[in-house]
Amino acid sequence: MQAEEVVGSRITNQSLRRWLHSLPGVDKVGLEARAASLATRSIKTTSKAWGLDMAIKMMDLTTLEGMDTPERVRSLCQKAITPDLDDPECPSPAAICVYGDMVPFAKEALGKSKIYVAAVATAFPSGRASMKVKLQDTKDAVANGADEIDMVIDRGAFLSGNYLEVFKQIQAIKQACQRPKGKPAHLKVILETGELQTYDNIRRASYLAMLAGADFIKTSTGKVSVNATLPITLLMLEAVRDWHEETGEVIGVKPAGGIRTAKDALRYLVVVKEVAGERWLTPDLFRFGASSLLNDVLMQRKKLLTKTYLGPDYVSVD
Amino acid sequence: MRLDVKKTYKLFIAGKFPRSESGRSYQVKDSKSGHVANVALASRKDVRDAVQAARAAQPGWAGASAYNRGQVLYRIAEMLEGRREQFIAEIVSLTGKTQRQADAEVSAAIDTWVWHAGWTDKIDSVAGSMNPVAGPYFNISTNQPTGVVGAFAPQDSALVGFVNTIAPAIVSGNTVVVVTSEKLSLPALTIGEVLATSDLPAGVVNILSGKESELSSWLVGHMDVNAVDLEGTSNATELEISAANTVKRVIRPNTYPRTGSKGNLQHILDLMEVKTVWHPKGH
Amino acid sequence: MFDYAPAPEAKLASFEKSYGHFIGGKFTKPANLYPTINPATEDVLAQISHGSAKDVDLAVKSARAAYEKVWSKLSGAERGKYLFRIARIMQERARELAVAETLNNGKPIKETRDFDVPTAVSWFFYYAGWADKLDHAGLGPNPQALGVAAQVVPWNFPLMMLSWKIAPALAAGNTVVLKPSETTPLTALLFAEICQQAELPDGVVNIVTGFGDTGAALVGHKDVNKVAFTGSTEVGKIIAKQVAGSEKKVTLELGGKAANIVFDDAPIDQAVEGVVNGIFFNQGHVCCAGSRLLIQESIHDEFIKKLKRRMNTLRLGDPMDKNTDVGAINSADQLAKIKKLVKKGVSEGGQLWQPECKIPRNGFWFAPAIVDNVSPANTVAREEIFGPVLSVITFRTPAEAVTKANNTEYGLSAGIWTEKGSKMLKLADQLNAGVIWSNTFNQFDPTSPFGGFKESGYGREGGRQGLLSYLKAGK
Repeated sequence: MQAEEVVGSRITNQSLRRWLHSLPGVDKVGLEARAASLATRSIKTTSKAWGLDMAIKMMDLTTLEGMDTPERVRSLCQKAITPDLDDPECPSPAAICVYGDMVPFAKEALGKSKIYVAAVATAFPSGRASMKVKLQDTKDAVANGADEIDMVIDRGAFLSGNYLEVFKQIQAIKQACQRPKGKPAHLKVILETGELQTYDNIRRASYLAMLAGADFIKTSTGKVSVNATLPITLLMLEAVRDWHEETGEVIGVKPAGGIRTAKDALRYLVVVKEVAGERWLTPDLFRFGASSLLNDVLMQRKKLLTKTYLGPDYVSVD
Repeated sequence: MRLDVKKTYKLFIAGKFPRSESGRSYQVKDSKSGHVANVALASRKDVRDAVQAARAAQPGWAGASAYNRGQVLYRIAEMLEGRREQFIAEIVSLTGKTQRQADAEVSAAIDTWVWHAGWTDKIDSVAGSMNPVAGPYFNISTNQPTGVVGAFAPQDSALVGFVNTIAPAIVSGNTVVVVTSEKLSLPALTIGEVLATSDLPAGVVNILSGKESELSSWLVGHMDVNAVDLEGTSNATELEISAANTVKRVIRPNTYPRTGSKGNLQHILDLMEVKTVWHPKGH
Repeated sequence: MFDYAPAPEAKLASFEKSYGHFIGGKFTKPANLYPTINPATEDVLAQISHGSAKDVDLAVKSARAAYEKVWSKLSGAERGKYLFRIARIMQERARELAVAETLNNGKPIKETRDFDVPTAVSWFFYYAGWADKLDHAGLGPNPQALGVAAQVVPWNFPLMMLSWKIAPALAAGNTVVLKPSETTPLTALLFAEICQQAELPDGVVNIVTGFGDTGAALVGHKDVNKVAFTGSTEVGKIIAKQVAGSEKKVTLELGGKAANIVFDDAPIDQAVEGVVNGIFFNQGHVCCAGSRLLIQESIHDEFIKKLKRRMNTLRLGDPMDKNTDVGAINSADQLAKIKKLVKKGVSEGGQLWQPECKIPRNGFWFAPAIVDNVSPANTVAREEIFGPVLSVITFRTPAEAVTKANNTEYGLSAGIWTEKGSKMLKLADQLNAGVIWSNTFNQFDPTSPFGGFKESGYGREGGRQGLLSYLKAGK
């Protein structure tokens, strides 16, 4: 659907503002109570096994450090290709998520595997750079072969009410994700919910990103003090669910940062299932942005198979 | 024969048991002037650290539900009951009280924790109000903790006076920096161990042993302290004048009895602020 | 796909083959037995004694003796410490109590574990703290206990209702004789054991099990000073007549037909949750359930669509499964009543919708239901169903919402969903109900008084006001 059609008028800052502020409010206490209630679901035996494998398949295995090196990226890719050396049945993560300059090394290391390479772009994590720089950052990553682009929105512009600027930037980056030949890179839009702070802001930013063409809406960079939480993810899943009902478009959700345990991951899957519905229970529509999560899931997976608790030394560090 | 393992008495700041930053200690003697222990002699820098710890802990403690605070205070009573013999021994040694008198003092200290535990979730039901203002407004007044309290426990009470100094401060969500009785400091320092095992968050109570005359001007003058309880001070008037510099709430010495098995609601309210909220009504 | 595998709670509670009454600190010899069952399976859990007038008399005598010889002579502080002890033992045995409640009542373990038992415990903690502070209750200095309290509680929240009754009564200095519902006596009998573990003086708490005749004998006993009843309005009226002319003080917490009013400026997703929680919590066996959805006409279709989608995710089934949202109806009688009323509502023009649910073979079950297109005159808009059935009524303006919400003989609770504070507060003033929830529903807290206007009863439970139901001014 065209943005104008959804908003019901020409896209201006004023019309965007009217549209976003007409969304129903979010009651914090009620939202958090709902998330807490879903977190008490008890996932056992066969559903646990299914959930753990799905959690791995949905993972964007991430390294986003200033000290990243090609070698480090290669070893992470190796881990993604064979997460569990003892178990060839163990699935691989959906993608490796790296800085743009690491994309060639990741592409090379992943070879013919079906694992995608996602690159963070647009002056990640702060987003504080000129549009020119952000576009070039994106184009470089796309040219290097990135399958997915994780961009950050301009939180300063959003918080100062300049919705049009945020909208235009997302649209422009979406353009930069196109390739002359071949599939465009998928665009994940990072809202940095920890900086937007209120749930009303997060709902509005979700809609704004979807309106501007996001393929995924993503919670966080992982670089601020509050990253993904269950209530925030629940709220964003409501947004994609309602957006689908309104426009027919299917948008994905990616919580990132702070999801470290298999137990956490299963809770997110419960929320996906019960809020957005089973349709979203696929790596095409739900991802975890995580670095240490994989090993905990692997340990739980092994525990389920062997009925013995493992120590961290029994899975490889990456 | 077997040699006793003796305890080192240290300060209690931010949930930890440090020695004084100054490295100093002083001798605590029993009622017959015999040596009992060398106790940390707190300095102004310990006051500074303690106030910082109290400030850091305050929003979390005030933000805990009243029900939770009540459970924690009741847990303190439970833990204190479990150490009854230790407190009796300390009281007998320092004060020369009989075993029975000391036992009664410990009982009072436990019971006053229970009494305070019951107040956490009742203060507003008793002292708050719905105000029938003459207009289409919803109007309520609630009581909120004032913040960080600097307190001086009575000099002449080893245990119950100390408990009746800290409990009324923390019951509502304040945090406290308390200077113990100089001569009878051991049971107060042992209370730190009780608190550390009672689910009380670190920094809610910070205990300094030492000379009130040395520490009082620093604690009372500290600009990040909201209220002071001058019970155990020797120059209260001077201190009250100093407290006025930042309009601190002041509890003067001998305002409230501190030896009983219950406290006083007014004492609790002295360390709270009334907040009134208005909202229009209409559709 | 991601269907949750069974996640059954361990059967942490075990019961005796048969139970007597708990009188004077001891269990009497079981007599005149009837079976109590698990409504989810119809399995018999234990044999229960059907109390006679003689049993009631013994219990009242025991309570009177305990009151005069022991309890009234204890200081408030010491009474309080007994209540703290009881609260602590209940916490220690919390999961066992939750399992017992689920087995006997049919409600999901999720609810007994996370709501019924913690709430029951909180009531004891809260009133424990009151026992030595009665001078602050609002009746002036040195208020007095009433004496022996006769308490009759229902089957919908057996242990929680027990705590709402016993905790304030004991804190205020009364002794009690309590009769649990005939269908759900087991947690009350476990509670009797807890009183023993707490070394509560004999006779301070007495529990007599049985049916309506047992309750009538208790309420009508000459030597009780206070009657506290939670249950149907029908029985409440009988009790009010029975005690007329006596000096007995009475508290009645009766039926309800609460309106849950949703405006177009509500936080919609949370409102959907609140409406679901309001009526499907505890299978709708809640006197304050939000059984009438008053929805602003402009958002009716959108809201009902969201509501149905949400109801499709409710999981009905084994109450012992940790993922069950909707458990069993408590009894065959109750199920028959629900079915009858819904049938009548549909015949009067209501449109019934229920999500697809697999109904277990044994036990008593009713899938969550909406009856839409309900006129204010429809039976399901007027009568308390006490089941998982939501009647949907529309309104156009706040004034109309108030009129429709108040158009009932009941007045226990109401819900208001809007993000506009001034509208909410004005409506709260205008609604004739004892508890108003806004942007939430079914919240309970020991510090917060609960009780109804009109035929929903009188007197309050919870808070400082709840204490007044068990005290009189000192001389």
